[in-house]
Amino acid sequence: MLDIRQRSGYLFLGVMLGHILLISAQVNSRSGVPVLEAVTFGALAEVERSISAGVSSVRHGWSGYAGLRQLKSQNDELTRRLEEAQIALQQQRALADRTRNLERLLDLRDTSKLDTLAAEIIAAGAMPDFRTLTIDKGTREGVRVDMAVIAPAGIVGRVVLPTSRAAKVQLLIDRNAAAGALVERSRAQGVVTGGGDNRLRMDYVSEVADVIVGDLVVTSGIDGIYPKGYVIGQVESVEKSGTSYKTITIRPAVDFTSLEEVLVVLTPTPTRELAAGGVE
Amino acid sequence: MRAIGILVAVAAALAFQQTILTRYVRGTVALDLVLVVVVYVALTSGPVAGLWTGTFAGLIQDAMTTGVIGIGGLAKTLVGFLTGIVGTQFIVAQPVPRFCVFFGATVLHQLVFIGLNTLLDLRHFGSPYAAVAGQAAGNAAVGVVAFQLAELLPGAVERRRAAKGRLRR
Repeated sequence: MLDIRQRSGYLFLGVMLGHILLISAQVNSRSGVPVLEAVTFGALAEVERSISAGVSSVRHGWSGYAGLRQLKSQNDELTRRLEEAQIALQQQRALADRTRNLERLLDLRDTSKLDTLAAEIIAAGAMPDFRTLTIDKGTREGVRVDMAVIAPAGIVGRVVLPTSRAAKVQLLIDRNAAAGALVERSRAQGVVTGGGDNRLRMDYVSEVADVIVGDLVVTSGIDGIYPKGYVIGQVESVEKSGTSYKTITIRPAVDFTSLEEVLVVLTPTPTRELAAGGVE
Repeated sequence: MRAIGILVAVAAALAFQQTILTRYVRGTVALDLVLVVVVYVALTSGPVAGLWTGTFAGLIQDAMTTGVIGIGGLAKTLVGFLTGIVGTQFIVAQPVPRFCVFFGATVLHQLVFIGLNTLLDLRHFGSPYAAVAGQAAGNAAVGVVAFQLAELLPGAVERRRAAKGRLRR
């Protein structure tokens, strides 16, 4: 039958196409444009659209690729800057902390009428049974044994081993440390000793003494080491022990784990002066 | 020589169609002699001749009307080509098959012609079934008669010549 691959088949298709084009050139579409023009324009528009879409996608792809490369380098640069900024921020924060501590220390130095020496803590005791720390000032700066060491928050401890350029400070919480103390509100006196942990104990307080939880405990100055009136801590609990004394637990005012700078009290207490005078 | 004969036949059919057969039935001409010539040529000369004859005759016929040039040409090209194929594939030598071919060709032509006009919103033919059937029957009848005449005429001439020769002796 009809084989379109034959020559007559192609001829037939060509002639039919010619007729269709001829008709299209004369007939207007609903928009008033000749069908041939509309179809031709439509076909060309589709070709143009395809080419444009292809070019556009290639362009977008390339710009996206280039943008990604640029973005990566930007990201690397910004990451590097962020790390630098974080380091600088940490440095600034550390500086601010140090400045704040120094300001508080300076305030303490100004308010107290004692002759003090600012010292930086350069080491802490490695053994838990001996609560000590090391400061960067020694005998060369006038540091002597049994000099009190204080911080803005309160009493820290005393110098036990000064060398020419450093000194070991026994903290008040050391189990061998002790200080004369009194309850600020009721003026009840006793002796504060360290327990080796982060709590202090106040002994030899009469059972009739008026001590309640929350009372502030300060130095009494009778031990000849610590100047009078400096804060030791706050009463945490009050218990009766034996027949005539109370056992009082004190929470230290100083956070010994975060100390960075301290003041060494160079001025001898009156008791020590008296003792020194008596000896002489 | 045969091409000239086809041209003459087409021209005669067009002239006859335009001058005498001007009566229309419901928008469709009662007889389409040009289509009869196209189908005749296709049946006797094959699809390619039918194709060219249909194209040529259809375009001229379109040009002589106020319609869109190409619709009639396309319809007659299609009919000429397909009829030529039918003529090469089947034996169409008897009046009844010829009638059927002419009838079918006319129906196909009208289908394409009316379909294209309707599709392109150029003319509306309402319900043209009866008119198309009438034209198909008319064209088929004219076509069959044309075939019979074309086959009888050469024999009649020969017989007449032979009869004249016997009288001279």
